[in-house]
Amino acid sequence: MPFIPHTEDDVRDMLAAIGVKDIEALFDEIPKELRSKGLTEVPTGLSEMAVQRLMAERAAQDSRSLCFAGGGAYEHHIPSAVWEITTRGEFYSAYTPYQAEASQGTLQLLYEYQTMMASLTGMDVSNASLYDGASALAEAILMAVRANRKAKSKRILIPRTVHPSYRKVAQTITKGQGIILEELDYDVTGGHLDPASLPKDPGDFVALVIPQPNFFGVLEEVDALTDWAHEHKALVIGVTNPVSLAVLTPPGEWGEIGADIVCGDGQPLGIPLSSGGPYFGFMCCRQDYVRQMPGRIIGRTTDLDGKPGFSLTLQAREQHIRRSKATSNICTNQGLLVTAATIHMALMGPAGIEQAAANSHANTMELLDKLNGVPGIKKLFDRPLFHEAVVQFDRPVNEVTQALTAQGIVGGIMLEDDYPELKNCLLVCATETKTEADLITFVDKLQQISTQLQATKSSAEPKIA
Amino acid sequence: MSNIPAELRYTKSHEWVRKNDDGTLTIGISDHAQELLGDLVFVDAPESGSSFEQGEDCAVVESVKAASDVYCPISGEVVEANATLADAPETINADPYGDGWIFSIKPEDEGDFDNLMSSSEYTDHVAADDH
Repeated sequence: MPFIPHTEDDVRDMLAAIGVKDIEALFDEIPKELRSKGLTEVPTGLSEMAVQRLMAERAAQDSRSLCFAGGGAYEHHIPSAVWEITTRGEFYSAYTPYQAEASQGTLQLLYEYQTMMASLTGMDVSNASLYDGASALAEAILMAVRANRKAKSKRILIPRTVHPSYRKVAQTITKGQGIILEELDYDVTGGHLDPASLPKDPGDFVALVIPQPNFFGVLEEVDALTDWAHEHKALVIGVTNPVSLAVLTPPGEWGEIGADIVCGDGQPLGIPLSSGGPYFGFMCCRQDYVRQMPGRIIGRTTDLDGKPGFSLTLQAREQHIRRSKATSNICTNQGLLVTAATIHMALMGPAGIEQAAANSHANTMELLDKLNGVPGIKKLFDRPLFHEAVVQFDRPVNEVTQALTAQGIVGGIMLEDDYPELKNCLLVCATETKTEADLITFVDKLQQISTQLQATKSSAEPKIA
Repeated sequence: MSNIPAELRYTKSHEWVRKNDDGTLTIGISDHAQELLGDLVFVDAPESGSSFEQGEDCAVVESVKAASDVYCPISGEVVEANATLADAPETINADPYGDGWIFSIKPEDEGDFDNLMSSSEYTDHVAADDH
């Protein structure tokens, strides 16, 4: 089979066969005003040499910053073997294979991935991955609406402690289907959704979303929240960080009967930060809802000779059969990243992931302890944390982060844009990759900046004669 | 030629409807429909107590090769769903007009039943479909 699917000759032959002058004529049906006028923002093509030069220049701009930012993407140690194996020719593909019989190795890997994710989340089944964490939440919401037949409304309760980007993406993807996302506010002391604040009579709703840990790094009271949702005949959608599950109660064990759907971003499992992507989303659920789950699922079976083999299963609800009624039309599978995640989990093992999670927690607690001694900084929220925390400055936080950046440190994520009430607040994270020296460097710089800013401020003040 | 019992009524979308003595209607998919779908592996039957408009999708039958909607032939409220299909969806292949019934409804207007296709009309419809 030629590498290029159709040459100019092929195209000419095909057009001649159906009696059409040119390809444009095939799009006649689309009204002129709906046609794109061309992609004005996309530059014209470059030669390979020019591209190499351009990319080398861009790569050189990458800083070797000391990173204390988290907010959904975390810097974890990735054993070198992970990407060495992942990028071997046998694995190097972004998609689940369509010719299942010829792709047994990839299918087996995906099957192992599903097994690992189901085990990590404590759920019955996992799909073969989704696009990213935010769209996985949107898919989980759509799935809950399909699965909860008892609910008459399309209301989803979603705490403000869910990642702001996830909430925006979920809103964009679900609003066209008349789904209403109702936000629940957090407790200002704990930084969590206080179960005591939940309405006695919430009315009919489809599902409650529970982030664990939440966007502030705070641990939610998952048992009470799960049981409350189930008492009101609603489903529970857990949004979790997979690494945290090595030390936290898995969603399958939340409350009396566990969460119904669990999703999140798989980036912490062996995927480098890479300036924000590509990452992958994961989704697991109870066996009862497997037919409502979007995306690919790989099954293990036996062939006619009784030999074990792997196949794509439960395909009948996918878009190539169900068109607009498919369980999803955007369930892009991130095959290559899942390959890396599977190899990462296999190499780390349960003990390795648990150690990374525990060390990340310990480092963050240590950092908070050290920050406690810096004047003008205070930690918000008194609930237990995983590996992130909100700290508030007594001066403009953007000045602090700018000064840190100048010193090669990414200090954290400013929260004011998404949470106007959290003035001058920074979300900080110290994973297992940070050494004691790193923590001291960070705190020392903050101390210096704090003193300098104080000095500038006082010198700028009008002197009283 | 598939089996099309004379005492039942039919829809263009291949559901059959039986009128029961108590005024309720029992609904399933025709022998022709189960033949087209092939071996059924899952049936998503409606909850009893839920109401559907005529033509609204109310159930899904899934075979090894396709998942297909079942449309409510007559507006009404679901009285009962066939619970045995959850564990034995293949009953529809074996006995589409008997043990393979999917659900029964209490119709809003009993007169609607007479507006459905007769067996001879449905026979013509299936024949036209085959061409």
